[in-house]
Amino acid sequence: MGRILNLRIFRGNAADGGLADVAVEAMEGEVILDVIHRVQAEQMNDLAVRWNCKAGKCGSCSMEINGKPRLACMTRVASFEDGETITITPLRAFPVIKDLVTDVSFNYKKAMEVRAYEHPVDLKPGDARMQQIDVERSQEFRKCIECFLCQDTCHVIRDHEENKKSFAGPRFFIRLAELDMHPLDTVRNRKQSAQAEHGLGMCNITKCCTEVCPEHIRITDNAIIPMKERVVDVKYDPLRWLGSVIRKRDGIL
Amino acid sequence: MANGVFTEGRATLSARTFRTDKWWLQPLFTVIVLLSFIVYATFRAFENGKYFAEPLISPFYSPCLSTACVNGSTSFVGTIFGTYHILGMTVSPSLFILIFPLAFRLTCYYYRKAYYRSFWMSPPACAVAEPHSKYTGETRAPLIIQNGHRYAFYAGLVFNVFLTIDAIGAFRNERGQWGHMSVGTLVLLANATFLWLYSASCHTCRHTVGGRLRNFSHHPVRYKLWTWVSILNHKHQNFAWISLFGVALADLYVRQVSGHSIRNLYFF
Amino acid sequence: MSTSLGRYNYDVVVIGAGGAGLRAAVEAREAGLSVAIICKSLFGKAHTVMAEGGVSASMGNVNSDDNWMVHFRDTMRGGKFLNHFRMAELHAKEAPDRVWELETWGALFDRTKDGKISQRNFGGHEYPRLAHVGDRTGLELIRTMQQRIVAMQQKDARDHGDAEKFIRVFAELTITEILKDNEKVSGVYGYWRETGEEVLFTAPAVIVATGGIGKTFKITSNSWEGTGDGHALVLKAGGRLKDMEFIQFHPTGMVWPPSVRGLLVTESVRGDGGVLTNSDGVRFMFNYIPDVFKDKYADNEAEADRWYTDQTNNRRPPELLPRDEVARAINSEVKAGRGTEHGGVFLDVSKRLPADVIKKKLPSMWHQFYELAGVDITKEAMEVGPTCHYVMGGVDVDPDTAAAIGVPGLFAAGEVAAGMHGSNRLGGNSLSDLLVFGRRAGIGAAEYVKSSGKNPVSDASIKRAQEKVAKPFTQAGGENPYTLHHELQELTQSLVGIIRTKVELEEALKKIAELRNRIAKVSVAGGREFNPGFHLSFDLDNMLLVAESTALAGLTREESRGGHTRDDFPTMNPVWRQSNLICTFDGTKVGVEKIPLPVMRKDLFELFDIHELEKYMTPEEIAMGGIN
Repeated sequence: MGRILNLRIFRGNAADGGLADVAVEAMEGEVILDVIHRVQAEQMNDLAVRWNCKAGKCGSCSMEINGKPRLACMTRVASFEDGETITITPLRAFPVIKDLVTDVSFNYKKAMEVRAYEHPVDLKPGDARMQQIDVERSQEFRKCIECFLCQDTCHVIRDHEENKKSFAGPRFFIRLAELDMHPLDTVRNRKQSAQAEHGLGMCNITKCCTEVCPEHIRITDNAIIPMKERVVDVKYDPLRWLGSVIRKRDGIL
Repeated sequence: MANGVFTEGRATLSARTFRTDKWWLQPLFTVIVLLSFIVYATFRAFENGKYFAEPLISPFYSPCLSTACVNGSTSFVGTIFGTYHILGMTVSPSLFILIFPLAFRLTCYYYRKAYYRSFWMSPPACAVAEPHSKYTGETRAPLIIQNGHRYAFYAGLVFNVFLTIDAIGAFRNERGQWGHMSVGTLVLLANATFLWLYSASCHTCRHTVGGRLRNFSHHPVRYKLWTWVSILNHKHQNFAWISLFGVALADLYVRQVSGHSIRNLYFF
Repeated sequence: MSTSLGRYNYDVVVIGAGGAGLRAAVEAREAGLSVAIICKSLFGKAHTVMAEGGVSASMGNVNSDDNWMVHFRDTMRGGKFLNHFRMAELHAKEAPDRVWELETWGALFDRTKDGKISQRNFGGHEYPRLAHVGDRTGLELIRTMQQRIVAMQQKDARDHGDAEKFIRVFAELTITEILKDNEKVSGVYGYWRETGEEVLFTAPAVIVATGGIGKTFKITSNSWEGTGDGHALVLKAGGRLKDMEFIQFHPTGMVWPPSVRGLLVTESVRGDGGVLTNSDGVRFMFNYIPDVFKDKYADNEAEADRWYTDQTNNRRPPELLPRDEVARAINSEVKAGRGTEHGGVFLDVSKRLPADVIKKKLPSMWHQFYELAGVDITKEAMEVGPTCHYVMGGVDVDPDTAAAIGVPGLFAAGEVAAGMHGSNRLGGNSLSDLLVFGRRAGIGAAEYVKSSGKNPVSDASIKRAQEKVAKPFTQAGGENPYTLHHELQELTQSLVGIIRTKVELEEALKKIAELRNRIAKVSVAGGREFNPGFHLSFDLDNMLLVAESTALAGLTREESRGGHTRDDFPTMNPVWRQSNLICTFDGTKVGVEKIPLPVMRKDLFELFDIHELEKYMTPEEIAMGGIN
């Protein structure tokens, strides 16, 4: 019924760790997370792994499978060839805690730095009217399950620890885009702060974030590039700037 | 000091990547194709010849704006530039204009991805450690210039107009009489069409027609435009490549006709 | 042993960072208190994200005939009149405000043509009532409240220079005990999952919002966190559990492949036109309409189909019957040999809606089946079967303040609390429950703290808690917790599952007693640092208490109602409707007692058609007509 999978799983912590070989049975229709659970129950009782919903909806079981940032619950065993050795490591952009569990607190810090939504003060609960076409763009970004795979794959932070200070990462660029496109948000300087505080200019749009997104959010095309263009509107385009001065309004803000 | 995936605190693994697929194939392919184009385009830009064969003009030389342009090839706007010589060689008319489409492609959001990955290896592929120790992205010179993409886009539109006029002009025969059509007509038409598609699918175009708005519902026409451009935008990468080949092939065709290597076959 | 014990002092500790917990925390902070939010997972991963269909609130945006009274009636009906009427009333009245409030925090619900919040049809709801965002409404709820908490923290950072001064999230922390001193709550004790280091929180008020118990069962839609921690913590702290026999089996869980068995298929699939058929191709739900619902549900396909376009002149399709009815129907079909290859029935939406509409309306469902089962639901039918989804029972609380009965300083809201849903919950009433009673628990706790003041934790309490945490490491040679968990799940699934009998329940109780002895001796391999085996050893103890309560209450209630079906007592009994079953724990075993169900107020009683009430109540109750 099942077949034997050869896994190489990272065991250990930041001080001491390495890849451990393990062979485990996999049943038809299983995903990598099932197999990890079997290893945990039968061979490595204390193997640390995060998971919750096992349905691709909570974004907990982020790890790197054969070097690719993935959700273990959405990676089917059938996608690997017989006899292939599958390497499973924790996310490599963040500090490791133990085994497959990493310290993702960087992302929560960055979340704290994005100024929250502000509702119009004179708009009472229940009085908001928005058209579907106006909320759809932001809704796409609110599909984000915060698996942080985009943050993990983004070379700006993955390959350059020093950039973590000044760079929010794709997950928070979609948050900024979501708020900047939100029909009711009253905060007026999101574009400027995207560039100045969150490091939007560091992104060189190589699209790895889009490639790994399990929710298929078009992070680069629908959030980052539109935000870059909006930044150009307020910061780099002399004609736009002139136009906004003459017309005494802050353009699209 | 160890940086990137080798930073202290991260999982102690020595491989730059654990990817088992052929992740290097795509950047390699991009390098080969783009380099071939650059070599060919440079050769043609400096060749200063075989770019006109009544009624066909090569997209590398249109609009031809220099007094050095061969007889009959100059644009309807006339000659803006004189004839210049450097080191005894006549400056090719192509060099006055090629900078604009080049700038459009160089600052294009798709090509940026392609060449940052393949030429600059930043990163070479997703989750493959890049070789650079420092990275500042597009925050400072020279890359901050990428923010001027929209101006290159506008210039690109002007060129599209010229090349469309060239394609319409190709409905003439070798004696300049209207109402004829040849393989060359199709070649220039196709070239112009792909260039329009490439421009129309551009991210800046998407932003300009409607993307910059906060409330689509207040601007139904622009919303409609935005929806159409968004559909094209999905294929921007494809149009970028197709139109690149298109330009090179259109030029090659004109060159062969002009050099009498082939005859421009007329349908009527 | 841990060397240094982390100590934190707060006014309120909220256990659980799902919808109810976060809503409670927001309210308590707004009342000026300091709040700790504790969750077993990372912040924002709570099981609430799995809620798909929507949040029910009678805003009347799609059908203006809707109002709180209709919603109240639907809720009581769905719960087979075993609900605490006051909770159902508060819920129906306050749900719209709670939804609108989310919008002021940045939530983006799907819209109607005139720009209001769109509402969709759902099982048991008379009008389109579920505010939704595609099929990821729970995620929107969690994210909105998560971001609301960030907003409050940002404000605290601006005003007080410290974002975490008054509200802090403690992620990946397990609570092992609710501490009591002077017969009142004094704090909670737990450990960081990451390091195994122990933590003490002193707080005069504790809000339990730990969600459900699904992981006691083998086939469940719940994540690993649904281990009944709150239920067990409250039992052990001297609180009471009510209605534990009522467990909702969602009719449509995935059945294939095995690794996703139990994973939820949202009810919206049926709300948007999906039909259930057996292996003979028969749309069998027409054969399972109970008498009490005959006048509300279509008895022929033509009328059922017309309903999707004209809801005023047609009765609803029977696929939209309350969840317990549909689950039992599917169970019967499969038992009668008319199931699919993998032991489910077919649910098909592909013949109803064009592919692009399906992808737009049910994006996560499409995704889920395509990625996990290789099934394209725009082209083929899904295979579905019942899955343990929700527990109606839980902590016995005061409806207005969410205060746990019998334990001063303890509050409970959300799935872990009982009463709101009676014997069966309607889809969509869970998210609204979280918001309404989460907020009420926040207010309740705030008022309690302001009136009662501090209650220091004694050293004796700390010592007891410490010994308990250390125990699994000190005993060698015991069993592996994974094996024991597996056995418990098999046991509940087969003996305390969707259809129950006296014999099986008695056997279950016997086996549970055996398991208790084995679980007490469980031993754990490895160290304290992020050790899932260690974590599971605590969850196991909790799940065992829950399973025992369910089995015991199930054995006691000799009727079938909502989420409790007894093969040996197959019908509803109006006399049993007058009672709730209460479970308590004396430190060694669970006990059960019967208490009277509160009698509905006259003004609420009169909202119903007397003939409908006659189906549920005794003639004496009808004659009495509620109380003033």
